[in-house]
Amino acid sequence: MCLAIPMRVTRVEGDPNDFTTNQIATVDADGISRQIRLDVVDHWPAVGDYVIIHAGFAIHSLVEEEALKNIALLQELAENTPEELLS
Amino acid sequence: MKHLDEYRDRELAAPLVAELRRAVSKPLRVMEVCGSHTMAIFRNGLRSILPTGLELVSGPGCPVCVTSASHMDAFIAIAGRPGVRVAIFGDLFRVPGSHGSLAEAGSKGAKIDIVYSPMDALELAVANPGDLLVFLGVGFETTTPGIAATILAAHHRRVDNFLVFSTQKTMPAAMETLLSDPQLKIDGLLCPGHVSSIIGAAAWQPLADNYRLACVVAGFETADLLKGLTLLARQVANDSIKVENAYPRAVSWEGNPRAQAMVAEIFEPADMDWRGLGRIPLSGLKIREQYAHFDALSRLAITLPEAEEPKGCLCGDILKGISTPRHCPLFAGRCTPATPVGPCMVSSEGTCAAYYKYGQDLES
Amino acid sequence: MTGKTIQLDHGSGGLASQQLIAEVFLKHLDNPTLHSLEDSAVLANQPGRLAFTTDSYVVDPIFFPGGDIGKLAVHGTINDLAMRGARPYCLSLGLILEEGLELDELEKVIISISEACREAGVAIVTGDTKVVPRGKADKIFINTSGIGFIDDHIDISAKNAKKGDIVILSGTMGDHGITIMTRQAGIAVEGKLASDTMPLHRLVATLLKEIPGSVHVLRDPTRGGVATTLNEVAGNCGLGIELREESLPVRPEVRAACELLGLEPLYLANEGKCLVIVAAEEATRALQIIRGCQEGREAAIIGELVAGKPGRVIINTPVGGARVVTPLHGIPLPRIC
Repeated sequence: MCLAIPMRVTRVEGDPNDFTTNQIATVDADGISRQIRLDVVDHWPAVGDYVIIHAGFAIHSLVEEEALKNIALLQELAENTPEELLS
Repeated sequence: MKHLDEYRDRELAAPLVAELRRAVSKPLRVMEVCGSHTMAIFRNGLRSILPTGLELVSGPGCPVCVTSASHMDAFIAIAGRPGVRVAIFGDLFRVPGSHGSLAEAGSKGAKIDIVYSPMDALELAVANPGDLLVFLGVGFETTTPGIAATILAAHHRRVDNFLVFSTQKTMPAAMETLLSDPQLKIDGLLCPGHVSSIIGAAAWQPLADNYRLACVVAGFETADLLKGLTLLARQVANDSIKVENAYPRAVSWEGNPRAQAMVAEIFEPADMDWRGLGRIPLSGLKIREQYAHFDALSRLAITLPEAEEPKGCLCGDILKGISTPRHCPLFAGRCTPATPVGPCMVSSEGTCAAYYKYGQDLES
Repeated sequence: MTGKTIQLDHGSGGLASQQLIAEVFLKHLDNPTLHSLEDSAVLANQPGRLAFTTDSYVVDPIFFPGGDIGKLAVHGTINDLAMRGARPYCLSLGLILEEGLELDELEKVIISISEACREAGVAIVTGDTKVVPRGKADKIFINTSGIGFIDDHIDISAKNAKKGDIVILSGTMGDHGITIMTRQAGIAVEGKLASDTMPLHRLVATLLKEIPGSVHVLRDPTRGGVATTLNEVAGNCGLGIELREESLPVRPEVRAACELLGLEPLYLANEGKCLVIVAAEEATRALQIIRGCQEGREAAIIGELVAGKPGRVIINTPVGGARVVTPLHGIPLPRIC
């Protein structure tokens, strides 16, 4: 029900604890960029981090470690690893 | 695109097709709750290669589809008021109400702006101080935090001509209602990935516990979908019912506390009308009294008109997974993407639109 | 002319009209046929059959990365002629101007038209201008009609497609459509996006010179995109078309913008691309010829004509699945779901 895509943060503005500041990031992916809002992101990103964006708002900071874990999980599955290892 | 292409890679996905075939050892009905899952499954052509025995039914997770006709009628009525300019997500543009759509209202002079983000709607309000800008809010847990943040920003910036008409919906309450229908027979839920980013995988635990439903939170790329379905099939085959998170790069067990706090600041639970499901207690969100200045319902004194549901339309049963578009007398005849009757045909992710667009005669 | 605007007088046919013609139109578009300013252009006959086409151009904004409404109006009509295998010969130019349009903007468009004509080797031989009150049009609407000539041995038509024919796309999909869409307020996206507007008659001429009998169908996938155009071809020839998803050329930045806005490149407009349907035995050669042209360097074989599923377009996905590609319904809109 909700399209959301990961993009890379190139600039961060605002104070995560002060909603009277504009909590804005510039993000890019494959040669396009756009300003998005950080008001509801789970963890405040640093430049270079990836965030998952829905309707102009970052909803999740994508941690490299989790991404690697996610990929590993898919690869393990393909090799028929017991599901206990997957959670 | 990084963090996207990896999961579409043929090298990764191809073995998962075989894996899924092995995992389905007995007949299995799975509801993909989320409309974006429905679309992603069709776009990948997965239905044409699913193992026999695995049946997918599409659930109520398309916000446009479950927007009640009375809400659509109210949206269209507001758009026609003098001095009002409405901002919408593109998804809403062609959704039919009882009579006509926003697209038709636009052709008759209503000012309608299509925006990508609610924040863009706020900027339109600032840029057009002579108009009262009403953002027509639809969506589930993923979309609502951004709308809440936009209201808070309007509050801090003291924008006086920005209103939100909230028909925001919450998924777990609606799922409880669906699952309590004795006609509904499903073994597992493919749980919505991005809704779960906000509310956490833990939100599905009561459904696993109370209804003995396999629950797997999944992402939207090819490998994510195949893996999600495989895990569901295994849970059922092994009778080890639980909530699994197959989308850890975007979803944690607890969800996103900042987004949850933002929503709680602006909104409070309310009863909500769902197209096809009727009124479900506390399955929606209304703007709190403290922010009533931004609430279109109170500032414009909106009373919801009685909606006329289109005759013969099976959208209600289709949303419940009880029926499929093929059983609807209107499907592909009177009701097509060009002339939609029911809401499931309108959004390109609606079950009927998806069947029409990607499913026609592939199975023949 | 800085700061001056179009007035209703400029469309009156009187002095202001004449001044506009002399100082803007003839200044940039002059040629002996147009210069006479008679009621119709009189043209010398050319060998071959005559092809005649017309198209109107409305676009917001009128200037965009990669082009402007003037270039579109020249290229679009040239391409419509080329898609029947015609050599473009001349164009007409009809303008509907909104009162208040800045003269500088008009002149910029006319200069662009003049450049596009010169570059394509096609002249504007007749024209007309009307001005409507402010708010009755959006800056400038253009109509161009075109005449071309088709060599006697050439027969290009969707009905000529045959089972086993190969579908070549002359370059990447969606560049024009996404560029225009992301210029709109509310859905703005920054980046390297640019319209692909360009004339394709030289590419077509090269192809028809090298392998005249093997080119069965030529179509430019403008509004509705590749998906809609191929559905039209499939409907016309009564065959199915199967595409390979992985072979569809899309620029990374176009794909990224589509992902962000929930759009499919298959449904977005192109203004400098053509679909070439050729006999299977000449497909490799056709691809080489197209890629050898400046306009077709990124061309790719994207699919083939098949018996069965008449009138349908099917995409085979990377994981071995298949789905139907329907024509576009409505206009493409950004979506969040």
